[in-house]
Amino acid sequence: MFEMFINCVFLQNMALSLFLGMCTFLAVSKKVDTAVSLGIAVIVVQFITVPVNNLVLQYVLSEGALEWLSPGLASLNLEFLAFITFIGVIAAIVQILEMALDRFFPPLYYSLGIFLPLITVNCAIMGGSLFMQERSYNFRESLQYGFFSGLGWAVAITLLAGVRDKMAYSNVPKGLRGIGIVFITAGLIAMAFTCFSGITI
Amino acid sequence: MSEKLSATFTDPLVKTNPVALQVLGICSALAVTTSMSTTVTMCIAVTFVTVGSNIGISLIRKIIPSSIRMIIEMAIIASLVIVVDQILRAYAPGISKSLSVFVGLIITNCIVMGRTEAFAIKNGVLASALDGLGNGLGYSIVLLCVGFIRELFGVGTLFGYTVFKSVNDGGWYPGNGLLVLAPGAFFLIGFFIWILRTVRPELQEKE
Repeated sequence: MFEMFINCVFLQNMALSLFLGMCTFLAVSKKVDTAVSLGIAVIVVQFITVPVNNLVLQYVLSEGALEWLSPGLASLNLEFLAFITFIGVIAAIVQILEMALDRFFPPLYYSLGIFLPLITVNCAIMGGSLFMQERSYNFRESLQYGFFSGLGWAVAITLLAGVRDKMAYSNVPKGLRGIGIVFITAGLIAMAFTCFSGITI
Repeated sequence: MSEKLSATFTDPLVKTNPVALQVLGICSALAVTTSMSTTVTMCIAVTFVTVGSNIGISLIRKIIPSSIRMIIEMAIIASLVIVVDQILRAYAPGISKSLSVFVGLIITNCIVMGRTEAFAIKNGVLASALDGLGNGLGYSIVLLCVGFIRELFGVGTLFGYTVFKSVNDGGWYPGNGLLVLAPGAFFLIGFFIWILRTVRPELQEKE
C-alpha cells in the first residue's frame, strides 16, 4: 500500500508526469482554496469510479464474465466496449454524487458542486479507469489506486495554485502572460518531481 | 458564403488554434509527443474523431432534445474512439501499445467535445465537417512541432530513424534527456505559446 502511495503521488503523478486532467489543472489553479476543493472533489470521484469500473470490468465486460447468465455467453468478450461503459459509469456516478450532496450535505455541495460537472470530462478520472484496466488491478488494488492517484493530482494542483498565487506581482513578458507562464511553472514543478524518479521501495 | 466556409476551416489553424490559444486538448498534446510515429498516429486519430463526431452530431442536430445532447455527443464520440482503437490494435499493435491509454482519452479530449457543443450542434453538415477538419489540423500542427523537437533533440531520431548519431552508438550527439521527460513537454508548449503571441500580439491576454 505504501508502495502504491509513493508510486501514484510522486513517481507517476497523474498531472505532472502523465499529463492527465490538464485542462482543469491549468484553468482552475488560480487560487489555492479553489484548487484544494477541486482536488478533494477529484479524490472523491476517483475513489468511487475506479473501483466501480473495476467491478464492471470484472463481472460484465471481461472474457467469460457473463457466464453466470447463460453458459452460451462464456466465450463472449465485451472488453472493446470498455471506453463507452467507463465514461457512462463516470457520468452517472458524478450525477448521483451531485444529487446526493445536494440532498444530504448542502454545505459541501456549495463548495464542491460547481466542480463536479467539470470532473466528468476530466481525463484524470477516465485515465484512472483506463490505467486500472491496462494494469489489470484487482479490486483491492483499484481501491488504493483510485484514492492515491486522486491524491497525487490534488497535491499537484495545490502546488501549482500556490506558486501562481505568489506570481501575481511578477513582471511576466507580454507574450507569456496568462497561460504561457502557467506551462513554464508547471514544467518547473514537474522537474522537481522528476527528482523522485528512481526511488524504489 | 464560401468565404465564411473557408474561414471556418482556416481560423482554427492559427487564429483560434485549439491547443495554443484555447488551451484545449493539452493532455494528449503533452503525453504522446515523445516520438513522431505516436504523434502522427494521434493527430490522425483526433482529426478523424473531430470530423466524424462533428458530422454525426450535425446530421441529427435537429432531432436531439437539448436536455440530453451532452450524453448523445458523448456516445457518438466514444463509439468513434472505439473504432479508432480497434483499428489501431489490429493494424498497428506496437503504436497502440505505446499510446497506451491516450487513445481512449480522446473521448475526454476537450477539443472534440468542445467543437460538437460549440459548432456542430447549430451548423450544417459541410460547415461542421470543415470545422472539425480545421480544428483537428490546428491540433496536429502544434503536436507535430512539439513531437519533432522532442524526438529530434531528445534522442536524435525522427520516426525511429537516426538523424543525429547519438553518443551511445559511437556518434557525436548527446541526447537531451530533459526534452523526453515530462518537464520538457511543458516548457516546449509554453515557448510555443510565447512565440505565437509575440509574433501576433493581438492574441496576448490582458490582465
